[in-house]
Amino acid sequence: MLRLIGARLLTTIPSIIGVIIVTFLLTRVLPGDTAAYFAGPTASPKAIAEIRSKLGLDQPLPQQFASYVAALVKGDLGQSLTTGQPVTRDIAARLPASAELTLCGLLLAMSVALPLGVLAAVRQGSWIDHLCRIIATAGVSLPVFFTGLLLVFVFYFILGWSPAPLGRLDVFLSEPPRVTGFLLIDTLLAGDFPAFRAAIAQLILPAVTLGIFSLAPITRMTRASMLAVLGADFVRTARASGLSSGKVIGVYAFRNAMLPVVTTLGMVFSFLLGANVLVEKVFAWPGIGSYAVEALIASDYAPIQGFVLTMAVMYVMLNLLIDLLYGFIDPRVRLEG
Amino acid sequence: MSESSGVQPALRVRQQAPSSPGLWTHGVHIIAENPVTGLAFGLFTLIVFAALFGPMIAPFDPLASNTAEALKGPTRVHWFGTDQLGRDIFSRVLVATRLDFTIAIASVALVFFLGGLAGVTAGYFGGWVDKLVGRIADTIMAFPLFVLAMGIVAALGNSVTNIIIATAIINFPLYARVARAEANVRREAGFVQAARLAGNSEWRLLLTQIVPNIMPIMAVQMSLTMGYAILNAAGLSFIGLGVRPPTPEWGIMVAEGASFIVSGEWWIAFFPGLALMIAVFCFNLLGDGVRDLIDPQRRT
Repeated sequence: MLRLIGARLLTTIPSIIGVIIVTFLLTRVLPGDTAAYFAGPTASPKAIAEIRSKLGLDQPLPQQFASYVAALVKGDLGQSLTTGQPVTRDIAARLPASAELTLCGLLLAMSVALPLGVLAAVRQGSWIDHLCRIIATAGVSLPVFFTGLLLVFVFYFILGWSPAPLGRLDVFLSEPPRVTGFLLIDTLLAGDFPAFRAAIAQLILPAVTLGIFSLAPITRMTRASMLAVLGADFVRTARASGLSSGKVIGVYAFRNAMLPVVTTLGMVFSFLLGANVLVEKVFAWPGIGSYAVEALIASDYAPIQGFVLTMAVMYVMLNLLIDLLYGFIDPRVRLEG
Repeated sequence: MSESSGVQPALRVRQQAPSSPGLWTHGVHIIAENPVTGLAFGLFTLIVFAALFGPMIAPFDPLASNTAEALKGPTRVHWFGTDQLGRDIFSRVLVATRLDFTIAIASVALVFFLGGLAGVTAGYFGGWVDKLVGRIADTIMAFPLFVLAMGIVAALGNSVTNIIIATAIINFPLYARVARAEANVRREAGFVQAARLAGNSEWRLLLTQIVPNIMPIMAVQMSLTMGYAILNAAGLSFIGLGVRPPTPEWGIMVAEGASFIVSGEWWIAFFPGLALMIAVFCFNLLGDGVRDLIDPQRRT
């Protein structure tokens, strides 16, 4: 297993190098004055020249790349003009909010999509199957920011069930001491149940929005791969051996059907991390997505670059995790590794 | 040359065989069999009509503000209500169709050309071209795509052209991979070998034998990615990239209406969002329809 992890880690190195080169190219080589971007819209020519030499932009490109990588290794992503803080610190402070939201959204989607997809495959042609197909087509057509706004309108304005879509916690409640950065966990650790309930109330709508968004691809894939597996010889053999249908479906078929589903999770994460930005904007969620959007509006370039890099590295890591999970589910892959 | 013209008729038959006599009848059959596809074709016609004639048939000037009529819900005069400046939302939604449609078409056309060319060359010649194209595609795929698009637009500058470019870039791997696989399969096919023996140069083979044969599959790819292209562009303008405020565009109109949702003025964001949703839904259904029409084996 360790050897597998090592081998997989090696395969991520080219992706990481590619990601670093692209983020470097995005800032340095494209048309437009990078120093002017970093200095902000109101800077004087003198300040721009100063920043240019400070950033080393008057140096040859390979040297610039070397110093960029050197700064990255030290965890230096530059300074944000709007917050006045190092970008690394800003992102580290806001990352848990985004991670909590994304994970809850994904868990929600999986807890609906997996049973639905399995049921649709087992009872092919039934109303569940049709429901599954409608969800799969409608789900990919919904603009995620529009779903979010509709949910806010229905559950906040009309029904009044959920709190105002303004961040992670009601302003009148104090945040629990930061341990994991995940409010749901931190409030429980602090034993602060009203805050826990408030945090859940704030989280539900954005998480459901993300969940609806990622429901479609997971359901579709679960149904398709479950159908393929149910037609396989080993399932017929298991049935013929007199195993209960629950055991055949739940143990034999499901585990094998999960393999393609786990593979699609990589694609789902790509969409989810992007959708996260839009959902954070709709719900004023203080994560790294809204941080990047604020920076975009202020033409503050360092945070955007840091954000793109963080997201890409996270995505590469998630794909690594999915690869490992794949080996965990399927021993055949583990042996080859 | 006489030899190659001797080969040509046989090739022509082969190329046209999949679509020869009954594309029209087949299309009618597809629509009759699946009324949803028919609905999608109808919606598509409506969208194209709005894109072409929207500015002419809009009842109000989409930019004209009228503070006396601000923030009114849907009425008989203003079908979709008015926004905070009293602009008619129906007119704005209608006029915006052209811009959103143009962005989607332009970006898909761009990536069709670039990704298709790169993929075909990679799949046909192999070697370092293949490695290079594969590496570029892998690097793009290493990013969450929407995030990469944000980074590209932020770096290139905040304009509609750059939204088109960014949307094309993030779709590049998809097109390059499909084109590569299809070209690779056909590289040693009988009809290509025959044309090669007839003395055609490799580039000529690529353009006259390979490219026409993978067109149908690329067309399917195009219609399948149209919806995603519109969603992506609207998402970018929702967070304030590309399209500037007074311009009517669905994404930015939803963004403008977002702050009014909590106070109950739902129509400002609802109708542009609905238009966007219908357009994407239509393109997705249409993509499935086009696939059924051209490439029936890939039906799911």
